[in-house]
Amino acid sequence: MTDKIDIRSANPLAAQAYQARLKKRYRAERRFRAYGLAAIMTAGMILLFLLNAIIFASLPAFSHHYMRLDVEISTDYVSAQTPQEGNYLGLVRAALREQFPDVTARRDKRALYKILSLGAADGLQKRVMAAPDLVGTRVSLDVPLSDDIDLMLKGLIDRSLPQSDRIVSDRDLVWVDKLLAEDRITRKFAFALFTNGDSREPEMAGIRGALVGSLWTLLVTLIVSFPLGVLAAIYLEEVAPKNRATALIEVNINNLAAVPSIVYGLLGLAVFINFFHLPRSAPLVGGLVLALMTLPRIIIPTRAAFAAIPPSIREAALGVGASRTQVIMHHVLPLAMPGILTGTIIGLAQAAGETAPLLMIGMMAFIVDVPGDVTAKATVLPAQIYMWANNPERAFVARTSAGIVVLLTLLLVVNAAAIYFRRRFEKRW
Amino acid sequence: MTDSHIVSSFDRDLADLNRLVARLGGLAEQQFAAAIDALENRDVSSIDDIIAGDSALDRLEQELNDRAIEVIATRAPMARDLRSILSAVKIASVLERVGDYAKNIAKRSRVIIQEETNRSDTISLARIADIVQGMLRQVLDAYATGNAEQAMDVWARDQEVDALYSSLHGDVLAVIAKGAEQASVSSHFLFIAKNIERIGDHTTAVAEQVYFQVHGSMPTDERPKADLASGPSVTT
Amino acid sequence: MTNIENPKVKIKARNMTVHYGDAQALHGIDLDLNANEVTALIGPSGCGKSTFLRCINRMNDVIDGCRVGGSLSIDEQDVYDAAVDVVELRARVGMVFQKPNPFPKSIYDNVAYGPRIHGMAQDRASLDALVERSLKRAGLWQEVKDRLSASGTSLSGGQQQRLCIARAIAVNPDIVLMDEPCSALDPIATAVIEELMEELRRDYTIVIVTHSMQQAARISQRTAYFHLGDLVEHGQTETIFTTPQHQQTEAYISGKIG
Repeated sequence: MTDKIDIRSANPLAAQAYQARLKKRYRAERRFRAYGLAAIMTAGMILLFLLNAIIFASLPAFSHHYMRLDVEISTDYVSAQTPQEGNYLGLVRAALREQFPDVTARRDKRALYKILSLGAADGLQKRVMAAPDLVGTRVSLDVPLSDDIDLMLKGLIDRSLPQSDRIVSDRDLVWVDKLLAEDRITRKFAFALFTNGDSREPEMAGIRGALVGSLWTLLVTLIVSFPLGVLAAIYLEEVAPKNRATALIEVNINNLAAVPSIVYGLLGLAVFINFFHLPRSAPLVGGLVLALMTLPRIIIPTRAAFAAIPPSIREAALGVGASRTQVIMHHVLPLAMPGILTGTIIGLAQAAGETAPLLMIGMMAFIVDVPGDVTAKATVLPAQIYMWANNPERAFVARTSAGIVVLLTLLLVVNAAAIYFRRRFEKRW
Repeated sequence: MTDSHIVSSFDRDLADLNRLVARLGGLAEQQFAAAIDALENRDVSSIDDIIAGDSALDRLEQELNDRAIEVIATRAPMARDLRSILSAVKIASVLERVGDYAKNIAKRSRVIIQEETNRSDTISLARIADIVQGMLRQVLDAYATGNAEQAMDVWARDQEVDALYSSLHGDVLAVIAKGAEQASVSSHFLFIAKNIERIGDHTTAVAEQVYFQVHGSMPTDERPKADLASGPSVTT
Repeated sequence: MTNIENPKVKIKARNMTVHYGDAQALHGIDLDLNANEVTALIGPSGCGKSTFLRCINRMNDVIDGCRVGGSLSIDEQDVYDAAVDVVELRARVGMVFQKPNPFPKSIYDNVAYGPRIHGMAQDRASLDALVERSLKRAGLWQEVKDRLSASGTSLSGGQQQRLCIARAIAVNPDIVLMDEPCSALDPIATAVIEELMEELRRDYTIVIVTHSMQQAARISQRTAYFHLGDLVEHGQTETIFTTPQHQQTEAYISGKIG
């Protein structure tokens, strides 16, 4: 037997060496903790910087400049009997001309019209359609200015630059300054961002079409992948014998989770569209493709959740004479539910952020209408963001960031739901 | 199968108990031998030592009891271990009794020696004592080695002791019948003989304990007896 | 009181063998277990005692690669007969496990679960009565009657184990198997369970696997010693613990290097 070393030994050498080792160990532990803290801080800073940049860049998109106009709803342009056929843009333009009586030349007028948005008359049309008796009266309303003027007013176009270097002409500046002086221009929340579908005009382009498209797509994904995934996981984990065949299936499922998502898009194109002739660009097909992609991402955590249920619970149920199905349905599944839901929601969140597979099935498309069902043509949030990012108009820069903010918010909501369900279903044993 | 426990300190506890029994046995043997020596050699000087020495036996027995209780309480012994502890306790109590008899023999020897009588039957008394001493040694050896057969030999030899005692008993009664002046000494003499015979009986009890410890049951055959003096024909 | 000398044989095992894959866990066990007795199965870890216990209610069936040979009958009926419904069998042969494993449900639901899945109670009132009776038999009623809707997992370890006993006897079994039921409990909770077993054996045949020699000695009428998949010795508990016939048994019970 070796002699025990007494740490308080009278031998000063041993004590010193011991103290030195102790100090070294403490230093190592402090260092280790510092590394971890530094890693967290770095990650946090990057995230914060990113979020900050996106949110800051998106801010201009949430507001827009409007101009107050007094419009004479003259029967020359609109009739009370058929309000849907009226020339509302003409009405608005006439009202604008009233503001600038000195603009008479045809070319000048056309230039003047450009300070208004192409959608300037949409609000008026809606009002008149709702109340046709407005025809013949004079109403005051705020009409949106064009994106360039709006940007200039937000200070994003430098008016001190020479005219050749900026989109807004000197004449535009004069007109806008006159309106400003008359206090006709106001800045308001841009509801259009949330109520409109896509548009070529930045000030009229909204996220709603893509958001609804995303929701339809995710609904299809959820309905298809959740039951399929959970049933597959139950079979693999609880019922199937552990043999070569199930091992092979397991390996393949794990591999599927790692398959590049564009491959699923190709599969969807070949199977759902070319073979089954399902409608192109529809949330139905998008949802099916994403469901395929999400399946392994549900099966894997679900199996893990099943495997984490203590065998004692199964034994207890078997011991009182529960059948295999009863054991699963009464005990294992409810206990695994939090894990299953977490896996599902994370899978869905990933699906919500996918663009590549949807590229192949035509969901990366310019679609103005808000989809009404799963077979209508639609696009999804990430695709919308990508398309906006590619548009040349400067106002789409802020729109793109705003789209990202909406997408992030959606994911945040989904993850919050995951936490909520987890808490709700979680039980201790 | 080895005989050692996984918990080696348990082995040490049991060994301690055995050692205590051995010490008790040695002391009892020594006291008994000293008492017989005193009587044979008419040596009064050692008698006080013998009487005083008995308390050591008592203390040792008490110590053994305490240790046995401790071992039972802490080790929860089973089967053979349990039997060996119980045997040790029982043997210790027997040996303590042997010590008492030795003390009693010493006390009575003093009276006999002081009477200065020279009796011929001392010789047969010494013979019985010799056999019983042998039995005691043998049974203690048997205990130390766990040899049940060796222990059971003692049974057979006790028969001899009983026979000798019966004859001595008759002789002494005859002496008493002859005259009253010998009666007091004779009665002491008789008691000493009885004490020795009792020690013989007790060694058989130890032998039984050894057998029990080894086999887990008491020996089945009736113990052979030749003690005619305590037979039904003699009233005591 | 049952006649110890002429007990009725409840469980009869003949040449029972169990293989887990290539490893043989039991080598032909012949063992008779008597009705209304507590039989303790003792032996070192891996000796096959738990395996044998799990043969009685066919809990080995759920283990992949487990093969059982020989015959085991309860009341002269072969448990491994193809006609035997394993679900019915497990209702007849209750089981209590090493670690208290109440369902993460209410105390009431824990006890009512078995009767519910076996359709043993026609209405709520009779189910209530059954739950109360079972909890009373398990000696837990007084402690939990005011909080039947509390979670079973909120009870103490000993209470949880008694809840598991109540759950097992709620389906009215003949036999109760206990796999080291007290190994996770403190001595007081253990004593309560042991007292309960003494009481339960009037109505049930109890087979208990235990690592505590003292527990086996205290509670059982008969003890069977298993070693490396063989039944070494089986007999009256007093005999096994005082004068075992086999050296291996002796070595095991007295803690010797065998």
